Amino acid sequence: MADAVLPARMPATAPLGVRREGRLIRNVRAVWMVWIRDLIRLKRTPTRIVTGIAQPLLFLFVLGAGLEHLIGSQRAGGVNYQQYLFPGILAMSVLTSALFSSIAIVWDREFGFMREMLVAPVSRSSLVLGKALGGGSVAVVQGIILVIAAPLVGVDVTVGSFFAMLGFLLLLAFALVGFGIVIASRMQRMESFQMVMALVLQPMIFLSGAIFPLVALPQWLGVVTRLNPATYGIDAIRRVLLPHIAPLTILSWTVPLWADALITFAFGALMLALAVRLFATAE
Amino acid sequence: MRSAGVEVEGLVKRFGSFAAVDDVSFAVEPGELFGFLGPNGAGKTTTISILCTLVELTEGTARVAGFDVVHDRSAVRESIGLVFQEVTLDDYLTGAENLRFHAVLYGVPPSEVKDRCRPLLDMVGLTERADQQVRFYSGGMKRRLEIARGLLHEPRVLFLDEPTIGLDPQTRKHIWDYVDTLRAREDTTMFLTTHYMDEAERCDRIAIIDHGQIVAIDTPDALKASIGSDTVTVATSDDAAAAQALAKGFDLAVETTEDGVRFRVPDGEGFVPQMFEHLALGVRSVNVRRPSLDDVFMEYTGHDLRDADAGIADQFKNNAMVRGFRRS
Ligand SMILES: Nc1ncnc2c1ncn2[C@@H]1O[C@H](COP(=O)(O)OP(=O)(O)OP(=O)(O)O)[C@@H](O)[C@H]1O
Ligand SMILES: [Mg+2]
Repeated sequence: MADAVLPARMPATAPLGVRREGRLIRNVRAVWMVWIRDLIRLKRTPTRIVTGIAQPLLFLFVLGAGLEHLIGSQRAGGVNYQQYLFPGILAMSVLTSALFSSIAIVWDREFGFMREMLVAPVSRSSLVLGKALGGGSVAVVQGIILVIAAPLVGVDVTVGSFFAMLGFLLLLAFALVGFGIVIASRMQRMESFQMVMALVLQPMIFLSGAIFPLVALPQWLGVVTRLNPATYGIDAIRRVLLPHIAPLTILSWTVPLWADALITFAFGALMLALAVRLFATAE
Repeated sequence: MRSAGVEVEGLVKRFGSFAAVDDVSFAVEPGELFGFLGPNGAGKTTTISILCTLVELTEGTARVAGFDVVHDRSAVRESIGLVFQEVTLDDYLTGAENLRFHAVLYGVPPSEVKDRCRPLLDMVGLTERADQQVRFYSGGMKRRLEIARGLLHEPRVLFLDEPTIGLDPQTRKHIWDYVDTLRAREDTTMFLTTHYMDEAERCDRIAIIDHGQIVAIDTPDALKASIGSDTVTVATSDDAAAAQALAKGFDLAVETTEDGVRFRVPDGEGFVPQMFEHLALGVRSVNVRRPSLDDVFMEYTGHDLRDADAGIADQFKNNAMVRGFRRS
């Protein structure tokens, strides 16, 4: 071989000048890379998944069992309370995990890695999209693991309802990750992020129908729950898992499934668009 | 082809009412190795951050590789590389993964990533540790990885913000050999900030910056010549008497140090014989030193560069400590 005449150890020089890929390919790969990075980090900090699953299970089996007899099936829309609660805690887990995934952005900013990303020749939307996919997939993986608990509380999951549920989980996760990034882009410090998150997350869960049925509520509570964007994603997940349950209504209008999907999607798209804008000026 | 230089005019950056960069103008020629020398807080990093589109300027204009840093951000980003002053690695990724992340974001084709990383990891002596997570690296190892990453995509303009701070001499030599090869082959324009004299000496031109303003800008030789005086240190049997005699006899500003009496004269070598004639004391040793960049720095800023260096080393350590603490 011609190479044989070269010294055994090449001098420390990289191969000839760098070939660069075009802008589109570069951006697509950047989305993928930012996404993969989140998954790698998740793999290396598995406790995150454990806590993300333990809390919803606690709600399901302790709260669910405890309130089972207080909330009759009349109130729970034709199913028993644990059945009612199951889609709720599924959504709750996705909601929490998706919203909190954006903590990585505050973290990255505090530890400098954000600058490495911001100075790179890729569009801000690629970075945000990669982050959204990362946070979204972590959330959805948690949701899927929780589905194992479905038979224990008497929820029958079919192949069809599983994939329908998965679709809505994804949609909900995306919307919430976008919302999380919007908040994170405005936060300079970890402490303030955590505080704001706690202030946002709990009302969002309590006022979404995840834990109690949205019927016969005081008027103000009825209004607030319908203004909560998470309400619609949760309603959708519940309806695909429990086909006979009473659907969400606004006054006397029964919200159709497609409207649930549309509202969740619109909220997510809005948040992601806003996230891209804020991310651009985040430094 | 577009110019790969840097042009800065009337650059101002204010944080509130404080001007971190205060009306700075300079130009870096394509292919030049340009150095920024200045004490802590002089505005070096701020200038680099503006040129790299990370910080918005307050006034003035700046172009990198021919592109305006305000209006043409993405074109600027496509032309540059940056080794940050502080660590900007992902601790939970391995060394190799950090490099791959960078390579992908900068559009290096996936099939070439491994081939590009190997010699760089070799250069910084991290080949064996490449598959370990960065959080287990020492401070110097992180620094080395950071430099390898900055060199990975071979930009047309490379910014190096105190790149070799805290590294051992051998590693620094490896890095500079690599940088020289890169410059010779790719004609890369380089913008360097440093506190090391030998690195400053390598620069084609140096700008000395203090309190956000450039106080001198020229080649290292010209800067040294501009001071126009040598430093003479003479050790005698009675330094105090010698100091008095020299101060009186030649009207010199003398300084007594533990090495002997020190003073500056325009032509040190010519002065020594005269001094011998005049001094009726036993001379133990004489040392004549041409002006160094240290002296230049002192002359223009009034600070000693080594003090500034110590300051930054402390800052570096503190940073590492704060980071380590927060992480846990
Ligand atoms: N985000 C910021 N907000 C307020 N002041 C800032 C900010 N960034 C930098 N400064 C101030 O601007 C001045 C210049 O800082 P800069 O980091 O550019 O200095 P430097 O020359 O890089 O110093 P060093 O040698 O210590 O790295 C400093 O006084 C610093 O406190
Ligand atoms: Mg600096």
